[in-house]
Amino acid sequence: MTPRTQRLAGFVAFAAFVAFVLVLPQFISDFKAREYAYVGIYLIALLGLNILTGYTGQISLGHGAFMAIGGYTTAILMAGNEQFGGPVAGGLQDVWTLPIAGLVAGLSGLAFGLPALRLAGLYLALATFAIAVALPSTVKRFEEFSGGGQGIQLFGLPTLTGSNAAATGDDFSAPATFDLLGITFTQNDWMYYLTWSIALVMFAGAWLILRGRTGRAFRAVRDSETAAVSSGVSLARYKTLAFGISAAYAGVAGGLFAIASAFVNPDTFPIALSIFLLVGIVVGGLGLLAGLVFGAIFIAFLPLWAQGQDLGSLLPDRIIEETQKPGGPAIVYGVVLILLMFVLPSGVGGLFRRVGGRITSRRYSRSK
Amino acid sequence: MVAAAFTDFMQQVVSGLASGGIYALLALALVIIHRSTGVINFAQGEMATLSTYIAWALIAHHAWSYWPAFAATLVLSFIGGVGIHRVVIRPVERGSVLRIVIVTIGLLVAINGFVVWQWSGEPQQLQSPFGTNVYDIGGVIVAAQDIGTIAVALGIVLLLWGLFQFTKVGLALRAVAVNPEEARLVGVRVSWMLALGWGLAALLGAVAGMLTAPTVGLDSNMMAAVLIYAFASAVLGGIDSPIGAVVGGLAIGVLLNMLSFLSQYSAFDWFTEELRLPMALLIILVVLLVRPQGIFGRPEVKRV
Repeated sequence: MTPRTQRLAGFVAFAAFVAFVLVLPQFISDFKAREYAYVGIYLIALLGLNILTGYTGQISLGHGAFMAIGGYTTAILMAGNEQFGGPVAGGLQDVWTLPIAGLVAGLSGLAFGLPALRLAGLYLALATFAIAVALPSTVKRFEEFSGGGQGIQLFGLPTLTGSNAAATGDDFSAPATFDLLGITFTQNDWMYYLTWSIALVMFAGAWLILRGRTGRAFRAVRDSETAAVSSGVSLARYKTLAFGISAAYAGVAGGLFAIASAFVNPDTFPIALSIFLLVGIVVGGLGLLAGLVFGAIFIAFLPLWAQGQDLGSLLPDRIIEETQKPGGPAIVYGVVLILLMFVLPSGVGGLFRRVGGRITSRRYSRSK
Repeated sequence: MVAAAFTDFMQQVVSGLASGGIYALLALALVIIHRSTGVINFAQGEMATLSTYIAWALIAHHAWSYWPAFAATLVLSFIGGVGIHRVVIRPVERGSVLRIVIVTIGLLVAINGFVVWQWSGEPQQLQSPFGTNVYDIGGVIVAAQDIGTIAVALGIVLLLWGLFQFTKVGLALRAVAVNPEEARLVGVRVSWMLALGWGLAALLGAVAGMLTAPTVGLDSNMMAAVLIYAFASAVLGGIDSPIGAVVGGLAIGVLLNMLSFLSQYSAFDWFTEELRLPMALLIILVVLLVRPQGIFGRPEVKRV
């Protein structure tokens, strides 16, 4: 394939994917739509982390912390004065908090990127891991802003879109709906469309960033810092930039996470979340964008699969019973993680690329 | 007034040394693994928790008395550590940093899950082998648990030092850490030495866990914070320096307690217990930025 047909194929695949995302809620239950909304949120965070880790080669084990910054920014803005004991005044509609959440997290990312310049490999993993572990207790310490261990409730706030949703007619079993821009949404469908439209825009944004000069500089830093410097790439500039962009993505994801869960507290963004994100990009394939969708699905659903949900008929009851005990899902999760590193070190995306490469190279040899 | 402040101060120093001894053991475990395999073992804390649960199960469910259970736990942990290296770590050892990090994190998640699955998440009580006596030494109240913890930690460190300095196995272990290729040429079985390092690290973790449990209570997340303090200790002392790990551990233990002590004065009243972990993070960051090789480490020189 020539680069041009390759790019064309990429566009067609992306358009098909957009169409698929648009119609999917027609075919799945309202409840499932919410689960897929979380897939969209994870996808945004994974896009950001992949820019940092996959493309620039800087490991972050603490991206949940940047999600937390975004989540708390959104929650504080939405709650307005409410959390300080007053009525909701100056509270911002949820959707408008997201750019601010991204901005605040992005600036924190830039700020952290500066010291991180001097850390490489395992040391960076260590420092970012410590951030993720230390975050919940830091949040609890600054109670006057964060609501301490209680966190901030968003449920029922007028600034939460769809908080006025009402059951239609007398049928209480049907999900509550509300009207927006002349369209009737259920809350779950609204969350689904909100997260996925943002996710798709940010996906395209990541592609644009990575295809040009900046993306080339990122990859040069990843492949060899020495070579990058010799070719005139400023390490300080591009590493910090990668941290900033990546954290901004995580911030938007965190804001959406807060909206979707309708509350934030220190345990909303545990160390496990940071670990999941790293797992997601490894499953999706480092330095690949399309694979990240699989990574997002993997981290959204593996905890459910690990409890035997959706797979009920595939596994013997005895195993399902054991994995439904507390701790069971974590065992499955950990073991799957290790096995993945053994058999699929370049992730699902890498597998596709390998298979795809084989097919295209065969075609080349035939045409000769 | 001043005298009261001084005894209070000494009190914090003593208990700081006791918790520092525990950090030192876990930091030493991290250093041993990092020196030989170049891996930072994120599962070190969970391995220690698992060992502690084994000791607790032997005592609570099988009616063993403390010291036999202690010894049996050390043996089991050592075997477990060697096993983990052979089965899980060895296949990815030569891969990228990210792969190794993820494998140790997979271990962390799986072991934590196993502990909850096997023994439920309920907090348990592991008795202290040193009793609950307290001694009054010049006005400073010292718990037998603290003295015992410091003694055991120092004893283990000395034993380990002896092993590394005076035995043939220790020499081989050091050789592998310095130069695996040349060690192999002179007939050292490098891979088994690495496995041995993991075994020793698991054993150190087991001691750290069993010393931690009586004071903070045994539960599945007991070692999460201790692991971060141990990271801070190892980084402070120099991640490749065993002496550094011990000194760093004690220093971190005392330092954090000092901040608690000072927080009663208005200049330090911003410091609350919640800030202990963030403080450890701050120490990690500052050391890595100002002196990445730590106090006792040698600067890393990289060939281009």
